[in-house]
Amino acid sequence: MTKRYHLIGIKMTVIIICFSLVPLVVLGFSLYRHFSNSYTSRVLESLRASVEDRKRAIDLFFEERVSQLASIANTHTFSQITKPGYLDELFSLIQSRSRYYIDIGIIDMDGNHVAYVGPYNLKGFNYRETEWFQAVSMQGTYISDVFLGFRRVPHFIIAVMKRESEGFWWTLRATINTELFESLVLAARKGRYGDAFLINEKGEYQTNPQVIGKTTDQSLPLEVRFFHGTKVTEATLNNRKVAIAASWLENKRWMLVVIEDLEEELFPILQAKHLALALLFAGISAIVIGAVAVSVIMARQLEQADRERSALDAELMQSSKMAALGRLAAGVAHEINNPLAVIREKAGWLKDLLEEEDIQASENFKEFADAVEKIEYHVERAREVTHRLLGFARRMEPRREMINVNKVILETLSFLENEAMYRNITIHKDLASDIPDIQSDGAQLQQVFLNILNNAIDAVEKDGDIWIKTKLKDGGNSVVIEISDSGPGIPEDIIDRIFDPFVTTKPVGKGTGLGLSITYNIVEKLGGKIYAHNRESGHGAVFTVELPVVAGGSEDVLKV
Amino acid sequence: MNSRSIKVLVVDDELDFLETIVKRLERRGFNAAGVSSGKAALEYLESNDVDVIVLDVRMPVMDGIDVLKEVVTRWPLVQVILLTGHGSLEAGKRGLELGAYDYVLKPAKLEDIIKKIQQAFERKVLLEQTQSER
Repeated sequence: MTKRYHLIGIKMTVIIICFSLVPLVVLGFSLYRHFSNSYTSRVLESLRASVEDRKRAIDLFFEERVSQLASIANTHTFSQITKPGYLDELFSLIQSRSRYYIDIGIIDMDGNHVAYVGPYNLKGFNYRETEWFQAVSMQGTYISDVFLGFRRVPHFIIAVMKRESEGFWWTLRATINTELFESLVLAARKGRYGDAFLINEKGEYQTNPQVIGKTTDQSLPLEVRFFHGTKVTEATLNNRKVAIAASWLENKRWMLVVIEDLEEELFPILQAKHLALALLFAGISAIVIGAVAVSVIMARQLEQADRERSALDAELMQSSKMAALGRLAAGVAHEINNPLAVIREKAGWLKDLLEEEDIQASENFKEFADAVEKIEYHVERAREVTHRLLGFARRMEPRREMINVNKVILETLSFLENEAMYRNITIHKDLASDIPDIQSDGAQLQQVFLNILNNAIDAVEKDGDIWIKTKLKDGGNSVVIEISDSGPGIPEDIIDRIFDPFVTTKPVGKGTGLGLSITYNIVEKLGGKIYAHNRESGHGAVFTVELPVVAGGSEDVLKV
Repeated sequence: MNSRSIKVLVVDDELDFLETIVKRLERRGFNAAGVSSGKAALEYLESNDVDVIVLDVRMPVMDGIDVLKEVVTRWPLVQVILLTGHGSLEAGKRGLELGAYDYVLKPAKLEDIIKKIQQAFERKVLLEQTQSER
């Protein structure tokens, strides 16, 4: 492919790629972003809902526990409830339904633990100095933070005060089943890296976090300050991206914190990202390959089409040139024929008159006779030239006819003989007399020979020779015409391409490089072959044309 | 040659040619006359007997073919020999189809023309005989 078409191909490739890639990338990117954003907000919304749901559940738990304990306290008197064994029965009753409590106890207004049911040995302990006792004596109901207490085990209690009469009150206290309570909280946990726990205003953990460290010196990226509603923030924890949702409980100043590991929850987005990238990459590759392939193919086809059209244009131009030439030749010949006819008759008349005796007596008779003879001779000579010219001119339409190749060659030469003589180029003819007439198209053959002979003359320039030889071949099946010249020959580097269009040894502007290409096409169409090589001895080119005696070739040329 | 000389009419717009050929034919014993246009030819035929016409195909105003058509219709026994240049070869062939006896390419040797005139005359004689026998 020549450079020009190479560039066209490159341009096409670039344009196709740009127009395809830009929308692809934009589409892919925006779709991914959209998906990513909506998925993320979905996840965060779901987290928020989960926290709120959990918070309500915990608040409800507290409400129910307080309510339960309050009803127990309100439906019993101190003496009733402190009767030995009574509390045990009561407790088993409560526990038979569900194991919300670990223990239950009655504390009098002085802080003495007067009755107790539970796994610890707490009877007799005094709680007057404790925070929770002081709080419940003031508030009536109290839910404590997690503390160690006398049992030296982290727990929290719910206490309810019962006022019986003036100045007499007592407290019913129960320890909440930490395990059960924690599981209530942990129900909000999601995934391997998710977490859920409760924290008080001082930042102290009230339940055990599963994933992050228990000690508060691993600071949570969270402000432990009261706010209303639910807050959801994104942060980094242990080098992982997380979403932290927090909400303060209604019934107790504890903050429910649910942490979701975003890397885990948003994994589908990562998958989508990878998929999108893979598809994008595949798409880009396909586009690039496709663009290159299409462009190369198109550029080649364009080149081919352009070439074919040029060749066709050239053929057409050549044909019309030949037609014009024919018309010119016919016109000239005809114009000359008329005066020739007159001269011949006048000469003949003179000859007639010279037969008369009295003229024969004149001393110049011999001169007269001689002159008249010569006039007749040269008229005949001129007649032959115009005859050939007209023969040439006549063959302008393609037709299938029986052609005598030698005759066509001679007639073609009649066009060029003058030029050749002027340039001192000798034309040697060796035309076999035994070649039969062939079935072919005279006009087209004339073009072929004219072309080759013109080239030969141009190659020799002056002071040289051209040899034309015709002979029979293949046992009489084909006629061979060989035209050689004594010019510089065909350069080795173009001899293989000599019949390609636009190949010429002439300087720019002198030759179109189409003559031999047209000649080649004509010979092929006539069912023949044409070769070119350089002479073995000396220098110069040899063009050989082989034509079948019986027409082969394509139908479209030899139309009658 | 017959006892009576063959009456020939030459029709050609090239005057020099016309003059000379008539003179040469006369010299050879033909009864020759010449006209330089188709119109003149027809006028001549109306008032004169002619055996053979030597007719140039390419003439202005009324060309040889038109004259030929007229002759073939009005004087069917008269034989016509067409003179054509190569450019009007087709006209020559057409002329034959229309009824001309033969055609000769210009520039022609007088001997060839004379030969054809004689052959044409013999044909005329034959036709006359056939006609009179009916």
